[in-house]
Amino acid sequence: MEQLLNRICVAKFDELPENLGRRVHVGEGNLEIAIFKLANGNIKAIENRCPHKGGVLSEGIVSGELVFCPMHDWKISTCDGKAQGPDIGCVKTYKVEVEDNDVYLLIEK
Amino acid sequence: MKKQKIVLIGNGMAGIRAVEEILKLAPNRFKITVFGSEPYPNYNRIQLSKVLQGDTEVADITLNTWEWYEENGILLYPGETVIEIDTDNQIVSTDKKRQVKYDKLIMATGSDPFMLPLPGIDKEGVTAFRNIKDCELMISASENYKKAVVIGGGLLGLEAARGLLNLGMQVDVVHLSDCLMERQLDKTAGKMLQKELENQGMNFLLEKQSAEITGLDRVEGLKFKDGEEVKADLVVMAVGIKPNVTLANESGIQVNRGIIVNDYLETTVPNVFAVGECAEHREMVYGLVAPLYQQGLEMAKRICGIDSEGYQGSVLSTQLKVSGVDVFSAGEINEDEDTKSVRVFDDWLGVYKKVLVKEGKITGAVLFGDTQDGTRLLSLINKKAAIEEYMDNARSEETGLDLIASMPDEEIICGCNGVTKCSIVEAINTQGLTTFEQVKGCTNASRSCGGCRSLVTDLLAYTVGDAFEQNQKESICGCTTLSKDEVIEEIKDKGLSHTREVMHVLGWKSEEGCSKCRPALNYYLGMLNPLEYKDEKESRYVNERLRANIQKDGTYGVVPRMYGGVTNSTDLRKIADVADKYDVKLIKVTGGQRIDLLGVKKEDLPSIWAELDMPSGAAYSKGLRTVKTCVGADFCRFGTSDSIGLGTKMEKKFEGMNAPHKVKMSVSACPRNCAEGGIKDVGVIGLDGEYEIYVGGNAGTHMRQADLLAKVKTEEEVIEMTAAFLQYYRETANYLDRTSVWVERLGIEHIQTYLSDEKMFKELNQRMDESLSIVQDGWKEVLESETMVRDLYQNVNIPAGSN
Ligand code: SRM
Ligand SMILES: Cc1cc2nc3c(=O)[nH]c(=O)nc-3n(C[C@H](O)[C@H](O)[C@H](O)COP(=O)(O)OP(=O)(O)OC[C@H]3O[C@@H](n4cnc5c(N)ncnc54)[C@H](O)[C@@H]3O)c2cc1C
Ligand code: SF4
Ligand code: FES
Repeated sequence: MEQLLNRICVAKFDELPENLGRRVHVGEGNLEIAIFKLANGNIKAIENRCPHKGGVLSEGIVSGELVFCPMHDWKISTCDGKAQGPDIGCVKTYKVEVEDNDVYLLIEK
Repeated sequence: MKKQKIVLIGNGMAGIRAVEEILKLAPNRFKITVFGSEPYPNYNRIQLSKVLQGDTEVADITLNTWEWYEENGILLYPGETVIEIDTDNQIVSTDKKRQVKYDKLIMATGSDPFMLPLPGIDKEGVTAFRNIKDCELMISASENYKKAVVIGGGLLGLEAARGLLNLGMQVDVVHLSDCLMERQLDKTAGKMLQKELENQGMNFLLEKQSAEITGLDRVEGLKFKDGEEVKADLVVMAVGIKPNVTLANESGIQVNRGIIVNDYLETTVPNVFAVGECAEHREMVYGLVAPLYQQGLEMAKRICGIDSEGYQGSVLSTQLKVSGVDVFSAGEINEDEDTKSVRVFDDWLGVYKKVLVKEGKITGAVLFGDTQDGTRLLSLINKKAAIEEYMDNARSEETGLDLIASMPDEEIICGCNGVTKCSIVEAINTQGLTTFEQVKGCTNASRSCGGCRSLVTDLLAYTVGDAFEQNQKESICGCTTLSKDEVIEEIKDKGLSHTREVMHVLGWKSEEGCSKCRPALNYYLGMLNPLEYKDEKESRYVNERLRANIQKDGTYGVVPRMYGGVTNSTDLRKIADVADKYDVKLIKVTGGQRIDLLGVKKEDLPSIWAELDMPSGAAYSKGLRTVKTCVGADFCRFGTSDSIGLGTKMEKKFEGMNAPHKVKMSVSACPRNCAEGGIKDVGVIGLDGEYEIYVGGNAGTHMRQADLLAKVKTEEEVIEMTAAFLQYYRETANYLDRTSVWVERLGIEHIQTYLSDEKMFKELNQRMDESLSIVQDGWKEVLESETMVRDLYQNVNIPAGSN
């Protein structure tokens, strides 16, 4: 099935600080996305609710591709959204595109 | 080939464990359906004790998440009870009128708590201690009632009693025998245990037979056979369990005490298995997890058609999960004519060890006070070792390793979480683990009761061999083998100046470190070079980075500074105005003599601070929090000095100071000590003509009474002594050690001697002043920097339907 995606500019690449997350609120509902600029310059976007107890991941310490949840220190991969062992759980990941200096987030319509 | 259908009745620890074993042995062979009466996924029942004791929460004890069932293609019917088994047509039926066919049926229905058939048993406020519901009932009772009575002085009863004490209730424990845990402990250990628990606040009513539960709708008391009566708002029945065999019995499966099974966990009816507390194997019914897990494995092999010698029965070992009490027992506990025993009894230290020997072989053990040998003894008992093997102290270390070597791969090391020897060894080898904490983190071994710690450590030593010894010093975290002192030495020697450089030059295992080492390195670097180091926001924990305390829902708390706990109408008005304007959810007076505005949105923080225009109270910082003060000489009839004045001076001097952990201080103006100096990092008490300075107190997780550091004459001396003390702490403590832990480690005498050297004292003061010289108010700093406001506080909002 083809997915209908919205492509929305959410930040300027050079304004995003390295290893600090940013919260993106989507629409009126509860959907919140965390975007991270990793040390290697890649931008990652994941659901901003820890699978453990809903901690805001955008406020966690980022190391490599992992973010440590600020609530109880679960480790979540910003690439595939999976919690690292021994914890089990997963958050949604979102596609990001960078064009010139603009960072676009792709979310389902 | 069509998949065979397995139906599991009972979504508990034994059943699900068995399913996990089956999935491991034959990943895609079966279609599995699970029925569970409880409306939760499989959870760690053992941990209910810890939930009740407040060490963990219900949400944290799930063993298999809903996703786990989904990912493994298991159809789970939670909150659904199987009420009928048609063994001829191989169909089960449930209370929701569902019918499911099976090729293999596993019964893992566990046990029911045994309820004494007393008059009044059905009154409100009478409960067992078996599941989440019971636990929640007790917790909510503790919010409204005061007096609990636990019937049963066994393992479960004592753990319940400890939990209820923690919940603030008064607790009587009623026990039929004259000795606690008489099935696991001998008299000596039982009495020692009783004394210890009495010290913890439990009250025991021994050799008492309950007769009646009194009260109208709700329980009001418990009457005994001898006519006596005690008051009770809550009665917890913990007198034992009975295997849940009704369904099996009604379905024509042979039961005795439990459902009768052979070594392959097969019942008397073809294709029906039973495992766990409901099963009876060689006339034994087990009530602990480790044997149930062994059963699960053997049953799984059978179901998957793998040859094995089957389940051979288990030796039981017991550990009580009550903090501050170490008891262990395994195998036989009481002597008879044929047994001899080896005993050590140290009344002074409260240590008792007894090892039972029959025909030269170890058959049982009871330990109290020091249970380090527990797991080793259990293994020795299991392999029927000769007593010499335990006694030979000189060889004891080697023996531990020999023992590990001789253990079969499938032996369970951690009973609570069912972690086997081979899975630990595999994790150590494939993930290059070198410390106990890493093994715990990666395998879950020792994550529940902690009883297997020494065995896990032995296994680690055995697996990594020579590399082991050098790794056992306390490294900063899993990313490095270096200790804090070594890292600090290297930073100084090599002149390292930021965290990445430290990690790179010192060969960190992960390029960017982790949430443990990054904040620590950031602190050490700043402490060593206060004037030049640029603090790394991205290496700070959330509260410090955002200068506010994060709440469970992602909002924040704002605590402005009120020097010495003194405020005025202008500040109060500002606080009130801000609270109204920003719709603050709660205004609360904190335990630190100031006001907390709770439930603030992150993006509102900068404007709130700007409008408050008060200094930050740094309620988030690893550094100075508050200086609490008492009323003092200006008003109080007992006051000898100006405690508010001195407290305010101290707060103004040290505000903004970074430290390995938070620092709380207080000043009282007489020995009544209304500002609680005995539990502060620094507590000053003004006496007539002098001040006493107490240090290393803590009222947090591990209470510690402060030690007297010095007596001095003037306010200036108080401040200098405090500065020297704190600077020494800043320079030598491990990151995240409070002064209480640090004082304990160094010893107060050592600190006194160190500070009595005039030169040192002066230099410490100078270095403290240097580091304070660059302090900026936490909130002002943010408000003055547009990038900080943008990077840290601004969210992006995408309106609905945008494109
Ligand atoms: C606000 C306050 C409770 C209150 O309303 O009274 C509070 C709130 C928190 N405390 Fe506390 N503590 C508060 C006084 C205390 C006290 C009492 C005191 O200071 O007089 C103690 C025991 C005394 C002590 O520290 O020795 C205390 C011992 C702790 C501990 C355990 C520290 C320890 O060494 O064991 C933690 C955990 C930690 O810091 O790692 C903690 C952690 C916390 C945190 C920050 C939990 C967290 O990390 O999210 C709480 C934030 C709640 C929130 O949602 O914002 N809180 N906390 C108090 C703030 C005082 C202030 O004005 O700054
Ligand atoms: C507070 C507490 C502390 C404990 N501490 C320890 C400890 O420290 N160490 C230790 O080893 N053990 C401990 N135990 C014991 C341990 O928890 C049990 O031995 C273990 O949970 C038993 O597992 P089980 O799967 O056989 O039974 P259970 O975990 O009881 O699972 C059986 C499940 O089957 C369900 N069920 C029953 N009949 C049906 C039906 N007809 N249809 C559908 N579902 C049904 C039940 O609702 C239940 O959820 C403790 C127990 C408690 C209560
Ligand atoms: S405020 Fe303190 S005591 Fe209360 S729940 Fe939070 S950490 Fe625990
Ligand atoms: S909410 Fe993320 S670790 Fe608990």
